[in-house]
Amino acid sequence: MRVALMVTCINDALFPDVGKAVVTLLRRLGVHVDFPEAQTCCGQPFVNTGYLDEAVPVVRSFVSAFDDYDYVVTPSGSCAGSVRHQHALVAGRSGDAGLATAVAGIAPRVLELSEFLVGVVGVTDVGASFPHTVTYHPTCHSLRMLRIGDLPLLLLRQVRGIRLVELADAESCCGFGGTFAVKNPDVSVAMGADKARHVTESGAEVLVAGDSSCLMQIGGMLSRQRAGVRTMHLAEVLASTSGAAHPVDSVASR
Amino acid sequence: MTTTFVGMPPFPSAARTALADTQLRTNLAHATGTIRAKRTAVVAEIDDWEELRLAGAAIKDNALMHLGSHLVRLETALAERGATVHWARDAAEACAVVSTVARSHGVDEVVKVKSMATAEIGLNEALAAQGIAAWETDLAELIVQLGDDLPSHILVPAIHRNRAEIRDIFASAMGEVGRAAPDDLTDDPSRLAEAARLHLREKFLRARVAVSGANFAVAETGTLVVVESEGNGRMCLTLPQVLVSVVGIEKVVPTWSDLDVFLQLLPRSSTGERMNPYTSTWTGVTPGDGPQEVHVVLLDNGRTRALADTVGRQALRCIRCSACLNVCPVYERTGGHAYGSVYPGPIGAILNPLLTGVGVDEQTDSLPYASTLCGACFDACPVRIDIPSVLVDLRAQVIDAHRSAPGHRHVPNAEALAMRAVSWVLSSGARLGLAERGTGLLGRASTLLGQRTSPGVAVRWPGCLALGRRGRMRATCPLRRPSRSGAGGGAPPAAAPRQVGRERSFGHPGSHRGSAVIGRPVAGACPTVVPVLA
Repeated sequence: MRVALMVTCINDALFPDVGKAVVTLLRRLGVHVDFPEAQTCCGQPFVNTGYLDEAVPVVRSFVSAFDDYDYVVTPSGSCAGSVRHQHALVAGRSGDAGLATAVAGIAPRVLELSEFLVGVVGVTDVGASFPHTVTYHPTCHSLRMLRIGDLPLLLLRQVRGIRLVELADAESCCGFGGTFAVKNPDVSVAMGADKARHVTESGAEVLVAGDSSCLMQIGGMLSRQRAGVRTMHLAEVLASTSGAAHPVDSVASR
Repeated sequence: MTTTFVGMPPFPSAARTALADTQLRTNLAHATGTIRAKRTAVVAEIDDWEELRLAGAAIKDNALMHLGSHLVRLETALAERGATVHWARDAAEACAVVSTVARSHGVDEVVKVKSMATAEIGLNEALAAQGIAAWETDLAELIVQLGDDLPSHILVPAIHRNRAEIRDIFASAMGEVGRAAPDDLTDDPSRLAEAARLHLREKFLRARVAVSGANFAVAETGTLVVVESEGNGRMCLTLPQVLVSVVGIEKVVPTWSDLDVFLQLLPRSSTGERMNPYTSTWTGVTPGDGPQEVHVVLLDNGRTRALADTVGRQALRCIRCSACLNVCPVYERTGGHAYGSVYPGPIGAILNPLLTGVGVDEQTDSLPYASTLCGACFDACPVRIDIPSVLVDLRAQVIDAHRSAPGHRHVPNAEALAMRAVSWVLSSGARLGLAERGTGLLGRASTLLGQRTSPGVAVRWPGCLALGRRGRMRATCPLRRPSRSGAGGGAPPAAAPRQVGRERSFGHPGSHRGSAVIGRPVAGACPTVVPVLA
């Protein structure tokens, strides 16, 4: 079984520790994972802003980087959703039947991290230890595009020492929305502020989610408020063990 | 009422104004939160809700596919039952029909059943220009009309108002157009309802012409249907001698058994009720009972344009329940006025561009971007309109319209240039690597900027502060070279797919089946789960 890590452009550029955590975690579980250096981006920023022509070469690049693998694992529900639900749209735009065939073949093999762990590796206890109070934000695309349900919570509940607390209005959007945050900054901030308030009120010391983009939005709010809540990617929590606790200030918070 | 949506600024600007209104924010959060909870509870009572949604979508798709024949059948049935059928290509033609009928009876006022179609065509303003007053009789529409205000919700046009504000509007405005509110009016809901009842009653008893829309038009019998909560609609539909109904052509359903599905879907999705209190149906003229002169105006006004859009045509399935508004995190914070249309919220963000076309005005072009694509609207929609997919498609239409616009062909704007440049970088791993190395300095500069900028600037994109933590997987990953000798090897698993839920089919209207499944590895290919530290 050949497995590739699709780290995503945002993790590659801003949160490389998330990618490293995925590698640490999968190796611990005995999964050999490659990092194809040709990888760039899923193309979602172009598609969701309306630039379909510009998305075509990016999707071609994605196919050439990952086509040889049995599975492509990514620490992002949003990017997995883009591959599975938008690449066909982009390929259709290109008019290239070969590209359409290629994306149709690869899309089902692209899995978000918790889908891969529970569905393919067949594990919910990944041997992690994280003795902190945590609340979990289910990101919109993992919830309503991928329909992964409570898979991340199945994994988190098995983590040693973790104390999970409820997040009010958990399933509502954090307000990031990619270029939405740029085009509609005022609404984005209003949504993020409400989400950050729910996080603070949860009593958690760590907010966990499966998408760095959403963590960046909420973490940006929390850090500006000096809220005393840090954000971590699901992969970083699952990679933590009692012998090698993950640096606690790793993601999107300062 | 002279207020209209004409000249509204683009969404981001209008939203900024709305967000500054703290009373509005409070009113909206309370109202949408309440109605969301009610809807969730009554939908959960139905075991086959998903099947009902699928049936509703299929019936509407089928009706739209054969729209011409269903409309002709409707027209024939209506004519046989004594109704006069008018066809209106646009708002002006529809308004002209209504005012001609009203003037032929020499009236200077009409009473109205709450109707989105008549709001869409600006009927009240058109009648006012002819010296005819159009009295809204739905309680929330009355509040909007008396307040010289604009509707902000499809179902609850005055959702942005609280009880205290409504009390003030009634106290100051009722007396100018009819029976005044009592001097000791309070903001108690029963007192407010009583004031409205007395104010409206004299209008119902006096009016000779009524105007309505219709929720559904049953082709096989020529029957129009209005569902409502208050009974004011039924007063309008039964008391006056003349009734004119303006009906969008997409409201047609072939048969009564088709109607059955929607009468289950609509009340639960809109008001969160198992059944709406009043369902009125009428078929042309019934001698000696109700209006003796019945007109039906079949309205296009952009609907055939939307029908020609292969992705967007699913928006014509909409039954105006407003569930998508109530679950939308953007609508919840901005309210409806920011959308600049009688159709606000997620459905408005697709319906307005579909009815009028993109690339014409900035306000309409801003609407497809008024969403984070979170998908809550699709899950709530009783007829399964994949609003996020339509939004994405409309965004592409907006960009394409600007690409081909004469002035833009040679001078693309900054965003288009940036997208081209980033696309070039992201089309090659090698170029991305170079770009990441090149932006190292920029990252450090951003850190300083982020730390020194006031919240008012940097908070506009909170995430930009994270730039200071940049680093590169590509440069730091323990796996520099891709290995082709994966553990296990062999073909991907083919057996025992496990699907956690039904995926949303993105960009493929009409299909709801997801293609991605989670496979279990075939025997022998399963990686051993050994907690070995890397």
